Amino acid sequence: MKAVKGIEKEDRTLPKAPTGIQGLDEITRGGFPRGRPTLVCGSAGAGKTLLAMEFLVRGATEYNEPGVFMAFEETAPELTQNVRSLGFDLDELAKKKKLVIDFVRIERSEIDETGDYDLEGLFIRLGAAIDAIGAKRVVLDTIENLFAGLQNEGILRAELRRLFRWLKDKGVTAVITAERGEGALTRHGLEEYVSDCVLLLDHRVTDQVSTRRLRIVKYRGTAHGTNEYPFLIDEDGFSVLPVTSLGLQHKVSEERISSGVPRLDTMLGGKGFYRGTTILVSGTAGTGKTSLAASFVDAACRRGERCLYFSFEESQGQLTRNMRSIGMNLEQWTRKKLLQFHSSRATFYGLEMHLAIIHKIVQEFQPRVVVLDPIGSLIQAGNQRDAHIMIIRLIDFLKQRQVTAFLTNLTSGGEALERTDVEISSIVDTWLFTRDIELDGERNRAMYVLKSRGMAHSNQLREFLLTPRGVDLQDVYVGPEGVLTGSSRLSQEAREKADALARRQAAERKDRDRMRKREALEARIAALRKEFEVEEAEAEIAGEEDVSREGVIADDREAMSRSRQADLVKDGVAAKRRKGAR
Amino acid sequence: MKKSEKNRETRPLSLQEIKEKNEPVPNEVWQLRLYVAGQTPRSVTAFANLKRLCEDHLAGRYEIEVVDLVKHPQLAAGDQILAIPTLVRKLPQPLRKIVGDLRDTEKALVGLQIRPA
Repeated sequence: MKAVKGIEKEDRTLPKAPTGIQGLDEITRGGFPRGRPTLVCGSAGAGKTLLAMEFLVRGATEYNEPGVFMAFEETAPELTQNVRSLGFDLDELAKKKKLVIDFVRIERSEIDETGDYDLEGLFIRLGAAIDAIGAKRVVLDTIENLFAGLQNEGILRAELRRLFRWLKDKGVTAVITAERGEGALTRHGLEEYVSDCVLLLDHRVTDQVSTRRLRIVKYRGTAHGTNEYPFLIDEDGFSVLPVTSLGLQHKVSEERISSGVPRLDTMLGGKGFYRGTTILVSGTAGTGKTSLAASFVDAACRRGERCLYFSFEESQGQLTRNMRSIGMNLEQWTRKKLLQFHSSRATFYGLEMHLAIIHKIVQEFQPRVVVLDPIGSLIQAGNQRDAHIMIIRLIDFLKQRQVTAFLTNLTSGGEALERTDVEISSIVDTWLFTRDIELDGERNRAMYVLKSRGMAHSNQLREFLLTPRGVDLQDVYVGPEGVLTGSSRLSQEAREKADALARRQAAERKDRDRMRKREALEARIAALRKEFEVEEAEAEIAGEEDVSREGVIADDREAMSRSRQADLVKDGVAAKRRKGAR
Repeated sequence: MKKSEKNRETRPLSLQEIKEKNEPVPNEVWQLRLYVAGQTPRSVTAFANLKRLCEDHLAGRYEIEVVDLVKHPQLAAGDQILAIPTLVRKLPQPLRKIVGDLRDTEKALVGLQIRPA
């Protein structure tokens, strides 16, 4: 977005002719100066001719600007053949009158000079070619060859000056290539004549790895990137990789995806990773980084997502065989075209080539998941700084496409464990750390989540097991003796189990005792209650007997007094009794 | 159009005459082509110099063809012409080119291999 805005802004000041070359328009903010010559210099094999040719071909095919290629080194058939491998069909373009290739041969041995001359012949040829197809772009490759063919340098310089002036007057956007000179940009000082835009191509070999770089030496009247930009030449032509072109404006997904290890998902807030984030697994050798990566890939393929696996150390066959041993059948996914392996030694190409290859394959295959295993080995393809930059670019690129990246990194024993060789730990979203724990004469794997942005994650160390059914995580035993893993954990667990059993049995026994006691007590309570009930019943019966006996006594007394004709004593009790009895 | 200048003597030279003139092969017709761009003073000078040279050394055995690239730009590619004026010796083989206005006759003779260097 920013780049596009930049182009529009630049357009008002200096019109530009887009090169159509990937990345180059970005760093030149729109292309080469329109209607002016641009000098491209570099040593032999730096890619000058190719850059120039692609400028013409893209112009002809994408911007409808026909072009003339004036070749001083290679013949038209040679050029056609050389660029055919890049998918450029010059014959076809020539047929459509989009391109003219004019080969200029200068054979010094058959030329003698006497007296004054000028290069009007060259002007006429070039003019005729331009007029024949209405060319807007011109390439002179490499015009310095004139210096080899003609002796009179004074005339030559004057004529070159005139030529560049003439090209400007013609209004064509020209690219002039020149060989790099000792201590100067060009061998014959062409930069004196071309002052608008100068590009320098460089092909360096450091530690037996070659890297191509491009720099804009000057670009009058416009802002431009001033860095050295790595570029590469592959079967799609020229591409420049602006190091910092990608921003941080990628979309963010709320979707969570499984890591392929259920227990790990639990550790990551119960749902696994966020889609489109970057996951780094680092750890010492043999701690199961690749197995974690494979589990993740396996889970993704199971969901029907396409995965790309870049392996810098193991071949596809080796990987699938090894993963089979932990119960993972990756072959089924490669057969279903859900999974693609790309195995290459990191030292096989330079970093830029790796980056470009990954870019291209990702663009073609459109995966949802990309694994890089291990990223540390990319340092071998460049230096640490370059590898760092490359991986950041790659992560940005993948994030922009919402591709979940899974990186592994080997930490060697001597180093600080919680760091990566390429210093990318700060830009990854989830960092899993695997390590080994040596205890009781054995070495066991352990894993923990060092960080995981945007989710509540477990802080627990887990024992990491590679079983014939895949990756599994187990709680470690944390006790007074520290963290126990492996058989110490197992024996500790067994001990604990026995203890627990004993404790449980004791408790059960106690329970049973209490039960019995309760039963006994309750029985006694029942017996006592029964006794009491009996007593109560007896007491009642006794009471009634008393009353009736009193009644009888009173009656007897009445009867007696009646029989004795005694004064009738109003005896309350007796009266009552009588009434009650009635 | 092609401005062909035919100037051939009818009588062949005798061996003696050839030796005197120090010329390579008898009876061979020299085909020369002069490329110019318009009627500039330089091209006029070049043609005059060439004509004089031929009369002096190749009398009767030369053909001069003048090609004006302003009129026929497409002809420049055939002989790989860059510099103007350029004189091309088409025959005898091998092809030779001399650029410049031919003001140095000695150099021109050497260039055309009329006279050994």
